[in-house]
Amino acid sequence: MNRAPDQAPTAEPAASPLLEVRDLSMRFGGLLAVDNVNFDVRRDQIFAIIGPNGAGKTTVFNCVGGFYRPTSGSVTLDGQPIHRLSSHRIARLGLVRTFQNVRLFKTMTVVENLLVSQHTQLETRLLPGLFKTPKYRRAETEALERAAFWLDKVGLLQVANREAGNLAYGQQRRLEIARCMITHPKLLMLDEPAAGLNPQETRDLDLLINNLRAEHGVAVLLIEHDMSLVMGISDDILVMEYGRPIATGTPDEIRGDPRVIKAYLGEE
Amino acid sequence: MRRALPEALLAAMLTAVLAVPIFGLRIHVDGIDVSLDRTPTPVVVAVVIVFLLRLFQGPLRAAWARARPPAAWRNPLADVLRRTRQQPRYRTLLWMLLLIAAVIWPFTASRGAVDVVTLALIYVMLGLGLNIVVGFAGLLVLGYAAFYAVGAYTYALLAQHYGLSFWLSLPVAGVLAALTGFLLGLPVLRLRGDYLAIVTLGFGEITRLLLNNLNVLTGGPDGIGNIPRPTLFGLEFGRRASEGNATFHEFFGIDYSGEHAVIFLYLLGLALVVLILFVINRLQRMPLGRAWEALREDEIACRSLGLNPTVIKLSALTLSAAFAGLAGAFFAARQGYINPESFTFIESAMVLAIVVLGGMGSQLGVMLAAIAITALPELAREFNEYRMLAFGLVMVLMMIWRPQGLVPATRPRLELPERAEPTP
Repeated sequence: MNRAPDQAPTAEPAASPLLEVRDLSMRFGGLLAVDNVNFDVRRDQIFAIIGPNGAGKTTVFNCVGGFYRPTSGSVTLDGQPIHRLSSHRIARLGLVRTFQNVRLFKTMTVVENLLVSQHTQLETRLLPGLFKTPKYRRAETEALERAAFWLDKVGLLQVANREAGNLAYGQQRRLEIARCMITHPKLLMLDEPAAGLNPQETRDLDLLINNLRAEHGVAVLLIEHDMSLVMGISDDILVMEYGRPIATGTPDEIRGDPRVIKAYLGEE
Repeated sequence: MRRALPEALLAAMLTAVLAVPIFGLRIHVDGIDVSLDRTPTPVVVAVVIVFLLRLFQGPLRAAWARARPPAAWRNPLADVLRRTRQQPRYRTLLWMLLLIAAVIWPFTASRGAVDVVTLALIYVMLGLGLNIVVGFAGLLVLGYAAFYAVGAYTYALLAQHYGLSFWLSLPVAGVLAALTGFLLGLPVLRLRGDYLAIVTLGFGEITRLLLNNLNVLTGGPDGIGNIPRPTLFGLEFGRRASEGNATFHEFFGIDYSGEHAVIFLYLLGLALVVLILFVINRLQRMPLGRAWEALREDEIACRSLGLNPTVIKLSALTLSAAFAGLAGAFFAARQGYINPESFTFIESAMVLAIVVLGGMGSQLGVMLAAIAITALPELAREFNEYRMLAFGLVMVLMMIWRPQGLVPATRPRLELPERAEPTP
């Protein structure tokens, strides 16, 4: 793998968190969508954000990923402040995401989707490509091989040359994850990865996420409504309501927390 | 039938209202007397046609549906195209045959026809170039003529002031036009959709106004004349060579013929088109080309994967401008004389129409549309006054029946080889 130097794993002490979110707030006009959110994601951790609809979970994602500029607060990835960077710079630092409504390149084939996402690692200069230099050819072949590896991993090798928009919904979700993983991220952010999946597909997703962490050392930050999935795979959970964090803790702590029960089920 | 009658009457009335100013009145100039002639016949004909068509719409449709030819020979061209697409070998063969035909053709055709097709080749270059930004990257650029003008004036000025030959000026024209595209794109490509269209529209007009008013440099509305024709390795195509040069017919010991120059220009244009086609075809299969497509599909997804949208758009605009620059230099060489009138907004609109009619992102379609739009009006000069009318009509009909263009774009797809070994 030809990792860019800035993507190489740093030899920092394991204690320092991979992602630090401090006092994050996001205001849209009169609406405070995210109010003073704090959390850490450690390396190799699966961290979930849950909460009722409209709680501001996706807004947190958009702030962390650089799609919104937070009104106040800071976001630090691997010790580097990223809340002022544009989203493509953040992605190059190793923080990539999937979207709530799958965002594939629909008219391109499955394998082309994986090639586009390797763009930053490929030979993209004009002349080597025009003259098909050996180095360029090698880079393209390697890119195809990497794509084949990830397609095999998420079980899409059979449909590699199909148009991405024609895949079944569950397959599209898996392709989106593969498209992120092929960039060697440090942190993978999944926005409702189980939405629209059937129970079997959700179980497969559970296995896949665990496998990504175990074999590829990626930390996962996810938003999810499927409680069986969240409680099963998360190390830590942040619960949000009306833009405010109301509880943080392990799945067991969250399950017993009266504030969380109140937020989800209403007051007795 | 009962419902059809009032509808038909209404349609006929609307036609009358629309047709009177277009067909029904004619400005008649006799010395200093200007009068308005009334010509009612075309209006009456148009109204009657519309009325009858509307009245018998139902039966006509039914008859049309019955008379439809079988699918196989309804569109033989589409059928051949589909087959060649599935077989890459036939595809190359088809292109090769087309190229050979295009090389042989001028030796059999008349001088006038070759000249007209040379003009069409310029529009093919422009269409292919604009196709990069509009078709591939999905950016609406309305000031494309500006880059064309930069190319043309670059060659004209270099030849006039420094006596540079066409062959030396050609790359300079391409590079300067590309630079213009780059500098324009730098601030402008942060804008989206309509805003980009408006800014590029303004840029096109500014360029034309500059050329018109920068008398010292560009000669203003008078333009620049006496631009030398291209030479073949220093061989000129005139009857007599200028000082220190040889002419083509003397060198090869053949009789002088004006056709040599025309055919040479045509072949030169053809070579430029082939070069542009080659570059675009490679680009489509390169990471850059894929990134253009991806960006058009979903910019947010691109950003989330670390692709810098500004750089990718900028590369599309720069390359596209470079091709316009090449076309411009060739245009200046063909005409021998240029002025700002050749680079108006109509020119930009024309090239955009070629791209849209041909099918955004489709090379073959753009080439066919360019030839149709430039060559057909030349062949039917007596209908020249109705040219814009026909043009508008074609556009409307295309948008209704074939919004994807003459030859809808198909992208070369990168396929995963069957036996690709999954390796990490």
